[in-house]
Amino acid sequence: MNVPTMASLFAEGKQPEVLFWVGCAGSFDDRAKKITKAFVKILNQAKVSFAVLGTEESCTGDPAKRAGNEFLFQMQAMTNIEVMNGYEVKKVVTTCPHCFNTLKNEYPGLGGNYEVIHHTTFLKQLLEEGKISMEGGSYRGKRITFHDPCYLGRANGIFEAPRELIQKLDAELVEMKSCKKRGLCCGAGGAQMFKEPEEGKKDVNIERTEQALETQPEIIAAACPFCNTMMTDGVKNKEKEASIKVMDVAELIADAEDL
Amino acid sequence: MSYIPNIVFAIFLALGIGYFTKNVKKLIRNIRLGKEADVDGDKGQRWKNMARIALGQTKMVVRPIAGLMHIIVYLGFIIINIEVLEIIIDGLLGTHRIFAFMGGFYDFLIGSFEILALLVIIAVIVFWIRRNMIKLQRFIKPEMQGWPKKDGNLILYIELVLMLLFLTMNATDYQLQQMGAEHYSEAGSFPVSQFIAPLFDGMSQATLIAVERSAWWLHILGILFFLNYLYFSKHLHILLAFPNTFYGKLKPNGQFSNVEAVTNEVKLMLDPSADPFAATAEDDEEPGKFGASDVMDLNWVQLMNAYTCTECGRCTSECPANQTGKKLSPRKIMMDTRDRLEEVGKNMDANGGTFEPDGKQLLDDYISREELWACTTCNACVEACPVSIDPLSIILEMRRFLVMEQSAAPSELNNMMGNLENNGAPWPFNQMDRLNWAQEA
Repeated sequence: MNVPTMASLFAEGKQPEVLFWVGCAGSFDDRAKKITKAFVKILNQAKVSFAVLGTEESCTGDPAKRAGNEFLFQMQAMTNIEVMNGYEVKKVVTTCPHCFNTLKNEYPGLGGNYEVIHHTTFLKQLLEEGKISMEGGSYRGKRITFHDPCYLGRANGIFEAPRELIQKLDAELVEMKSCKKRGLCCGAGGAQMFKEPEEGKKDVNIERTEQALETQPEIIAAACPFCNTMMTDGVKNKEKEASIKVMDVAELIADAEDL
Repeated sequence: MSYIPNIVFAIFLALGIGYFTKNVKKLIRNIRLGKEADVDGDKGQRWKNMARIALGQTKMVVRPIAGLMHIIVYLGFIIINIEVLEIIIDGLLGTHRIFAFMGGFYDFLIGSFEILALLVIIAVIVFWIRRNMIKLQRFIKPEMQGWPKKDGNLILYIELVLMLLFLTMNATDYQLQQMGAEHYSEAGSFPVSQFIAPLFDGMSQATLIAVERSAWWLHILGILFFLNYLYFSKHLHILLAFPNTFYGKLKPNGQFSNVEAVTNEVKLMLDPSADPFAATAEDDEEPGKFGASDVMDLNWVQLMNAYTCTECGRCTSECPANQTGKKLSPRKIMMDTRDRLEEVGKNMDANGGTFEPDGKQLLDDYISREELWACTTCNACVEACPVSIDPLSIILEMRRFLVMEQSAAPSELNNMMGNLENNGAPWPFNQMDRLNWAQEA
């Protein structure tokens, strides 16, 4: 696995085409790290010129902003913008819809203007440019349901890219009761990931997992590290982890291509 | 003496419109209590949104049955206004069916109004059954007890009565026309009321005229009453849906405003060359409050949102927190904001136009912290609203108040924010370990 950093490329006088924004989950969470690695494997395979910020990356500030801490958010944002502008970053790709939304929508107002792409859109582009090829492999004919991450779908209108990728695997894409614009949250957004939910009948991720299970899937596909965790917990809660896997779209592709 | 009806009519009309105007002024004053709102951006897009969402009802049909029924009632309302225009002219001038000179076209118009009136009656009955017999989940939530439930039903009853009066008026008119009664020249076509007309068979001309006049008067008085009822009802949306969709959010749903006052301060904090003493001297304005704890801290679009809310509950039924039994209901957020704003407005009326602190506020007295912290910011409520209301923006403003003014976030969130501040991640990991994954197989 080849993971260049912006700093090392800069030292060689090189500038990558795209910055891969890994995000906190992608850097530290054991489950999300697998998604990060799968995506890097695809980037390597496709010979994409990219780099990561590594230790120079910091949280985009998304959970602080949604929790209402505008100070902390802007401190994070401006520090990150300074780093990215220092490297003259033009294009950013990220596997996290929360990072994606914040970088794309909230950084421009603070002086950070980049072309920000979610990894599902990026993968679709690579496919269209012929830089990666996809064969269904072990996923051919498998029932896969896709959970729309709120910050990718409803917040930014990206519904089709992940679906097209799943269909390219020759898998059978089955939709949940609530999907696309009416997709149900996994329960982690708005800083909920970091606190216990308020009292209620059940947790949001359980409700969502039940919707997913209704489609009788073999795989629940996600495109967000937080959704992935929430759905994985939901599947465990229903004691279905032996028969149903929760996987990121990038993992499906890397796996199908034996990367 | 023959002018008495005309004068009485003119007085009722003036009273009806006068009281309505007075309340509209109050409405505008209350909305203006809000702060300035970011309503920049593409004007063309705003007009398009209004045409598409308010006029075209595109978001209503997301739920096909309610959507179709609503479109019927909405069309009935708009088109029957042409009839109301005729009634007003007739009432003022003492004429009868003044538009009758249009001949065939007039017949066509009256015919279409009648068919619409019948469809409206059917729709209203379906709505009533949905609310009172089927008891759809979203209509029996806690915030719908009491007045909101009564208000919803009252509107249906008024609409039903208005339509029945309209058809009765036409049915008796039709009878009188057949009789060749003076003043009732043959005009209009009556595809629906001709079936009601037999009910009046055998009545004398005088009785028929009395019934026709009564229906005519009650119909227009009912409309004037309804006009004035709007202000006190969720039905205000028939007016406010238009400006509300015009001023609706144009930015992506996920984009929350960046607080400018914070930006300036953060820039100073991060700028090593900034002189910390120079900053305080130049802005001797009173430091603003961060976030919102009461309605005056919200912006005017958010306040207009509150008045526009029809309490349809589509937001609440899509809300993941509400679906899983948590206290949050985006509809309640809007209803609370409106109730508090009304309370503030009444306070101002009672105190000569200025607000006397009443020891209450939107936060805690209306909206609890538990509701605010249950939100996942998923935008389902914003997406679901048929008239571009943004309950999420109010929730976020109130969270900002809790966090930045009161440091009152749940302790787990304080931990998360502490980690973010110290380690650049919401978890307590060392920033220097951020690239460790690259070395792991």
